[in-house]
Amino acid sequence: MTGIVSFGAYIPRYRMSRKTITAAMGWYASAGVPGEKAVANYDEDSVTMAVAAGMNCLEETGSGSVEALYLATVNAPYKERQDAGIVAGALDLGTAVRTADFTDSTKAGTSALIAGCEAVKSGSVRKLVVCAADCRMGKPGSFEEANYGDGAAALLLGDSNVVATFQGSYSVTHDFMDRWRAEDEKFPHSSEDRWIRDEGYTKFINEAIAGLLAKYELTPKEIAKAVYPCLYPREHAAIGKSAGFAPEQIQQELLSSVGDCGAAHPLMMLVAALEEAKPGDRIVVASYGNGADAMFFEVTDEITKMKSRKGVKAGLGLRADLASYEKYLSFRGILPVEKGIRGETGPTQVPVLWRDRHEILGLYGSKCKKCNTPQYPSQRICVNPGCVAVDQMEPYRFADKKGRLFSYTGDSLAFSVSPPEMYGVIDFEGGGRYILDVTDSDPESLAVDMPVEMTFRRRYVDEMRGIYAYFWKATPVTA
Amino acid sequence: MAEGIRDKVAIIGMGCTRFGELWDKSHEDLMVEAYLEALADAGIETKDIDAAWQGGPEMTEVSTGHSAIPLSTALKLPFLPTTKVENMCASGSEALRAAAYAVAAGACDVALALGIEKLKDTGYGGLPEFSHVIAVGTKLRIVLANNTTPGLFGMMATRYFAKYGLSPQEGKTALAKISVKSHHNGSMCEKAHLKREITVDQAVNAPIIAWPLGLFDCCGVSDGSAAAIVCRADMAHKFRNDPVFIKSSQIAACSGEELMYTDYDYAHVESTTRAAARAYKEAGIADPRKEISMMEVHDCFSITELVTYEDLGISPRGKAKEDIDAGFFELNGQIPCQPDGGLKCFGHPIGASGLRMMYEMYKQLQGKAGPRQIKDPKIGLTHNLGGVPPRNVVAINIVGL
Repeated sequence: MTGIVSFGAYIPRYRMSRKTITAAMGWYASAGVPGEKAVANYDEDSVTMAVAAGMNCLEETGSGSVEALYLATVNAPYKERQDAGIVAGALDLGTAVRTADFTDSTKAGTSALIAGCEAVKSGSVRKLVVCAADCRMGKPGSFEEANYGDGAAALLLGDSNVVATFQGSYSVTHDFMDRWRAEDEKFPHSSEDRWIRDEGYTKFINEAIAGLLAKYELTPKEIAKAVYPCLYPREHAAIGKSAGFAPEQIQQELLSSVGDCGAAHPLMMLVAALEEAKPGDRIVVASYGNGADAMFFEVTDEITKMKSRKGVKAGLGLRADLASYEKYLSFRGILPVEKGIRGETGPTQVPVLWRDRHEILGLYGSKCKKCNTPQYPSQRICVNPGCVAVDQMEPYRFADKKGRLFSYTGDSLAFSVSPPEMYGVIDFEGGGRYILDVTDSDPESLAVDMPVEMTFRRRYVDEMRGIYAYFWKATPVTA
Repeated sequence: MAEGIRDKVAIIGMGCTRFGELWDKSHEDLMVEAYLEALADAGIETKDIDAAWQGGPEMTEVSTGHSAIPLSTALKLPFLPTTKVENMCASGSEALRAAAYAVAAGACDVALALGIEKLKDTGYGGLPEFSHVIAVGTKLRIVLANNTTPGLFGMMATRYFAKYGLSPQEGKTALAKISVKSHHNGSMCEKAHLKREITVDQAVNAPIIAWPLGLFDCCGVSDGSAAAIVCRADMAHKFRNDPVFIKSSQIAACSGEELMYTDYDYAHVESTTRAAARAYKEAGIADPRKEISMMEVHDCFSITELVTYEDLGISPRGKAKEDIDAGFFELNGQIPCQPDGGLKCFGHPIGASGLRMMYEMYKQLQGKAGPRQIKDPKIGLTHNLGGVPPRNVVAINIVGL
C-alpha cells in the first residue's frame, strides 16, 4: 500500500492586501482580485520555503529513512546547481538520497507527486518526500502581481503507516501558452486573460478529472473532496459544478487568502484537505498548467493517529500585514534601493561552503562525548572550560532544537533589506549557544528569554559571484 | 607566574597626532607626525632606536599594505628589526607590549612602538564591513549573524539591564552619564576628535544605532597615530627626569566559551577580568579601587565602559551605576576615567588607540595635561579591548612614576 505518510505546509508570515497593490498601482491598472496574498520575507525563496514545509512535514516522522526528495517549483533560485540538493541538505537527508527538480510548469507539483508515488509503488525507494514551493513575481500593475502568492507544501510518501493511499492518476498535456517565461526573464509573458480562463483553465482541469473518474470507474458522488487550484474565483466554483460536485465537495480556494502559489498550489490545497479528512474519504487532486494532472487518494484510519495536522490552517492563522507596497517591491528586488557599500557582499569562498556544508546547510555542530556539551560550530577541543577533551566529538544537529533569546538587538547600522537587522544570542534547549540572525519578527516584539526556533533562510546574496548564501536564522516560536 | 616586567621598562617619549576625520593626511603623514613628537619628547634621534613595532592598521591594512614596511619606510628606519603586530582594536597596546618585552628581555635598549589607523579612507560610516575586511574569517561571515559592533555590544547592554533589573530608561540614563562625562573631558582636549559637551537628555533621546545604544553611546571613528619610545629602566633618567615606568603589561584573549558555552552572562567581559587579575599581580596592586589614580578604558560604547568599571574590580558587580551617579569616575572624582575624552571623544583610530590611552596617562603622570590635569596621580591604567563581548582580546597596561 503506497501513499501519503505525513504532510506539511508553509505560508510566509507577511500578507499584503490586494487593496495595497491597487492603492499603489490602481492609477495604471487594477486586477480586481479579492482578499490578500502571502508574501515571502526578503530572506525567503522557493528553496527556503520548501525546507520550511519539509520540516513541518517531517517533524514527527524524522528524516532518517527518507531515500529521495523531489522539489517542484517554477521559480527555482538556481538554473544550474540543483535546488533539491540544497533542500535535501537543509532537511538532513544524508548523502545516499535521490534528488530531482521538477519545474517549468505549474503542474510540476503534481508531476513530482505522481513520480514519487510511482517510485515508492515500484519498490525503488521506500520513503520519498515531495516538496513544492513557489515565489513568483508579476510585473508591477499586472494581473500576475495581484494573483500570485507565495507558499509551500510537502508530502512524505511511503508504503507503511499510510494516511492516504495513492489510488491512481490521469494526465493531460497541452502546449497551451497561457503564461511563459524564457531563460533570463524575470517576469512572465501572458496571453489575454479571458482566453486563458475560457480555453485553458476551465477546460483542462475538467478534462483531467473526467479522465480520472472514467479511468477508475468513479462517480463524483464517491469523492469526498475535489481539490484543484483557484486562478479565478467564479470559474473555480463553476469547474466543480460542471464536473458534478456539490459545493461542499469542493476544497476551499486559497486564492483570496494566500494567492496562486504555482507548482505548490494544488499540493497546499491537498494538505488543507488532509487536515480535515476522515478515514474512508476519497480525495481527488488536480493541477493546472500546460494541461493538468489528476490523482486520487483514499484516506485511511492511520490519519487519526497523527499527533497534529498543522500546516495550511496553522499557517493561515499566523500572519502580519505588509502594508507597504514599496517594501514588497524591495523584498523582491524589483525596486533597487540604495544599499550603500555596507550592502556589498562577496566574494564568497565556495570551498568553505563545501568543507563546512554540514555546519552551514544542516546546522550541525558537535557534542562532546565526555561532558555532553553541544557546541556550534563543531570544535576539535571541547569548549567547556571544565572539560576541554580533545577529539571526543560526535555530530549534533541544532536545526531541530528550540532555544531562547538570551539577548538581542535591532541594528540600524548593519545592512538589511528590511532594517533594522535583528539578531540575538541563542541558548539552545539541551545546551549550546550561538549568535544568529532573527527573522520574521519586529524589534519591538523581541524580549529577553523569548522562545525561538530555527528557520532556513538566505543569509546574504553575493551579487558578485551569483550566490545565495543559505544559512539558519532564529524566529520566535509560533506554535 | 613569572616575575613579569614590573619597573624594568620606562617610557621616555611619546607622541600623538590630532584624531579626527583627517581627509588631507595620509598614513605616512600621521606616522611621521606621531614619531617626530615622540623623538623630540625623548630628546633622541632615529640612530638611538634599536627596534620598532607597528601596531595596526587592522581594518585599513588594505590602504597601507601588509607588514611593518610602511612604518620603516615612512620613518626611514635604518634597516632596524621592525615588525607589525595586530590584535584588533588592542593593536596599539600590543605594539607597546612587544617593545617593552624586547627591552625587558635585554634584546634591545631603546624601542619604538607606533600605532596607526586611517578609518576614514574606507568610505564607511562606522567601522568597515566585517565581510569585506574578513575580520572574522570566511566561515564566521556565513554562520555568524549579520552583525556590527554596536549590535554585539548593544546585546551586552540588553543583558546587563535584564540581569540587574534596570529598565531601559534607567539603563540608558546610566550610560548617558558616562558619555556626558567623556564629552566634558574631551572638550578640554586640543587633539580630540569631538570637543562638544552634551547633556543626558541628548544622549538618552539620540537616534538608536543598535538597540539600546544610541548615537552618543558610540565612539568616534577616526584617523590618527600615536607612538611611544621605551628603554631600559636603569637608563631612563639619562633621557629625562620624569620617565614613566611600566608596572605591568598583560593581555588575555577569549577561549571561545563566551560565544559557544552558556555559562557566560553577556553582562561583562571575561577577558578584562582575566587580564586585570594578572596585571594587578604583576604591578603589586592589592586593591585597585584604592590604588589606581586614573584610567583610560576602552569605551568603544558606553556599555563597555560601564562593565569595565566592574570587570577591573573598581565597582562591585551590578553596582557601577551607583559609582556613576556619585561622580566617582568624573575628572574631579576618586578615579577619573577618560580624562582626555576616551574613544568616545578623543576618537578611535583602531591601531592607535592603545597608545593614545597611554599618551594621556603619561602626560597626566608628568603633570602636563593642562586644563584637565588630575591632581597628583600615582598610578594610571589603560584598558584596550579588541573585538566584541563574546569574542575578544583585552590588553591592560599599568604605569606609574
